[in-house]
Amino acid sequence: MALAHRSSGLLKPLSTASSSSFLHRRPYSTDDTTTITVETSVPFTGHNCETPSRSVDTNPKELMTFFTDMALMRRMEIAADSLYKSKLIRGFCHLYDGQEAVSIGMEAAITKKDCIITAYRDHCLFLGRGGTLLESFAELMGRTAGCSNGKGGSMHFYKKEACFFGGHGIVGAQVPLGCGLAFAQKYRKEGHVTFTMYGDGAANQGQLFEALNMAALWDLPAILVCENNHYGMGTAEWRAAKSPAYYKRGDYVPGLKVDGMDAFAVKQACKFAKEHVLKNGPIILEMDTYRYHGHSMSDPGSTYRTRDEISGVRQERDPIERIRKLILAHDLATEKELKDIEKQARKEVDEAIAKAKESPMPDEPELFTNVYRKGFGVESFGADRKELRTTLP
Amino acid sequence: MAIGVASFNLLQPVIGNYFCLIDENMWGIIRQNVGVTGGLSSQGLGNHMMRLRPVASAMRNYSSATKEMTVRDALNSALDEEMAADPNVFVMGEEVGEYQGAYKITKGLLDKYGPERVVDTPITEAGFAGIGVGAAYHGLRPVIEFMTFNFSMQAIDHVINSAAKSNYMSAGQINVPIVFRGPNGPAAGVGAQHSQCYGAWYGSVPGLKVLVPYSSEDARGLLKAAIRDPDPVVFLENELLYGESFPVSAESLDSSFCLPIGKAKIEREGKDITITAFSKMVGYALKAAEILEKDGINAEVINLRSIRPLDRATINASVRKTNRLVTVEEGFPQHGIGAEICASVVEDSFGYLDAPVERIAGADVPTPYAANLERMAFPQIEDIVRAAKRACYRSVPMSATA
Repeated sequence: MALAHRSSGLLKPLSTASSSSFLHRRPYSTDDTTTITVETSVPFTGHNCETPSRSVDTNPKELMTFFTDMALMRRMEIAADSLYKSKLIRGFCHLYDGQEAVSIGMEAAITKKDCIITAYRDHCLFLGRGGTLLESFAELMGRTAGCSNGKGGSMHFYKKEACFFGGHGIVGAQVPLGCGLAFAQKYRKEGHVTFTMYGDGAANQGQLFEALNMAALWDLPAILVCENNHYGMGTAEWRAAKSPAYYKRGDYVPGLKVDGMDAFAVKQACKFAKEHVLKNGPIILEMDTYRYHGHSMSDPGSTYRTRDEISGVRQERDPIERIRKLILAHDLATEKELKDIEKQARKEVDEAIAKAKESPMPDEPELFTNVYRKGFGVESFGADRKELRTTLP
Repeated sequence: MAIGVASFNLLQPVIGNYFCLIDENMWGIIRQNVGVTGGLSSQGLGNHMMRLRPVASAMRNYSSATKEMTVRDALNSALDEEMAADPNVFVMGEEVGEYQGAYKITKGLLDKYGPERVVDTPITEAGFAGIGVGAAYHGLRPVIEFMTFNFSMQAIDHVINSAAKSNYMSAGQINVPIVFRGPNGPAAGVGAQHSQCYGAWYGSVPGLKVLVPYSSEDARGLLKAAIRDPDPVVFLENELLYGESFPVSAESLDSSFCLPIGKAKIEREGKDITITAFSKMVGYALKAAEILEKDGINAEVINLRSIRPLDRATINASVRKTNRLVTVEEGFPQHGIGAEICASVVEDSFGYLDAPVERIAGADVPTPYAANLERMAFPQIEDIVRAAKRACYRSVPMSATA
């Protein structure tokens, strides 16, 4: 593709090098030495805790990566919507579009040795942890190439080697589990932390407070991240919580309120939180975010919110648009190039879907695999126990 | 013989469709037993035919047109009527009010009865189940909805320890007139954490009543009975049945209609083999029976309707007639409903069995998501047919074990 020269005075052609990938045509995209400082959209609000600075350092490479990765996540979720409507995805499907900045910002602040655990809105977090589009779509369609070999489904994505522990269907259950991961990290003196994620709906769960109390008592390196998209299924936060100031709900546990649509605010907050918990025990991060889709594909999402509200957020606060504006403002790419990145994302998603469709459904013996790690030769049965029986490995 | 009002629906010859007004505080029950054995309490041989004289208000002229009703509408109408009849009845759960119900079972109730009686809760089962039981202690009649019974595990301590055991522990002072209802068992492609059947777990607890409706009439009659019952009732519905339509008799549309708790229904009479089932599996068993008929096997299908109390009398009577039994359920096989039924039959009717009892159940694995594996994880009609043929000592093509 030839480099597009534009006559706009704002843009200076940075490079004339030609190569196959449009991302490599311009030196800025791999430039991680130039520091760019961005301001978060709003200052952080703290509860029993000092707040990090609004100024966040970044570089052109990170900015471009944020854009590319979020575009891919957005595309994946939209494609999943279509696949669900054409019945290639069954059961439940909870989409994350609108919330991408939380995953992206978090990953920029942590390593793959820090743990993440979340509930069922897990597709993009899986991608952020290094999961592939193929593993994601194949799992959604119940094929062997899926990250759980097709046996888990949308709500049960995992990637253990990247310390991504799922993928949980029961609201709130992942919070004590995440504190347990932190417990193990401290037990082993690893120096790593756990980000345990939950929504505003789960924030009222009793088990969260039980786990939080113990995490605080024992100084566990647990960061509780409330992805507050303001609706727990079909119920608005003010109808479910006496106090929807989730960052304050830890009481004796400090908290930070963060603009979850601003990837740099998220990055800054997670960096701050990681340093904090390694010294002081748990902290709560409330990410003020928004989901464009309904709770799941079975929920239109418009009976309890107005279309104006949804389009308003899309216009004012969309996380990808924010990065786009930053990139353009800093002359890191042209509008056309950004659109090309989005087209490329679409292409990658389409290719992954095509490949996922070629992946077969799991073989029938897979019904019985992985019941146990160690089965002792126990018998297991199909629906007709005299017709189908096997010994578990 | 003049059966009286056993069945009003001329187009649906149903045996054992009882018309009964059970709340002892409300109307009296006028019942005469015209069955062979004569006594209500006998371990019946043959089905009782109960002759009932209905309360006058229920007499009506019957049109011969069959009305159909979805299970969803049946449940909705039952809730509506019971809420209208008794101001102590209220509904509580996630999305039951403004959202009109996650599965639309409570549609329209908020508008009709207001937010004090149709209460939307946060996603906190342990909390609101406990609150419901507490309200029941103090004389209200809550209907607590679990969005699925998988989430009841968050609250199971309250169902068992706070509700089921209270009347006993307090020597009868504190009864708990609560209903816990919601979809139970697998849906379609909802994965391991959303597909479990809780019939066996709740069915094992003394102090609970556990009901499992199949048809719309079951849904209406059993829910109304459950709400009027002074004890805690676990009411296990099925998501895939909500949209299914069934013919309903005119009498079942009456607001005083309810079905007796603890009585199974013979959905299909037969003489060669007994098939017991509940909920969605009743439909599968009936289809299996049609297939078996073509092979000359005349199957009797029992719709359990009630897991606790389990209608051992009806089941044993049937097996004594047919001498063979297949139990069907979607739940895990070990310690399941079929296991209890088998034990009951072996204990009470051993001499009548001509073949080992066959159990068809969910596979002994967590529910897989992939469609082909999910199909293998739950009973299919052919499984029921195959087991029935085995019990009849018909040769069945051998297939490889896994």
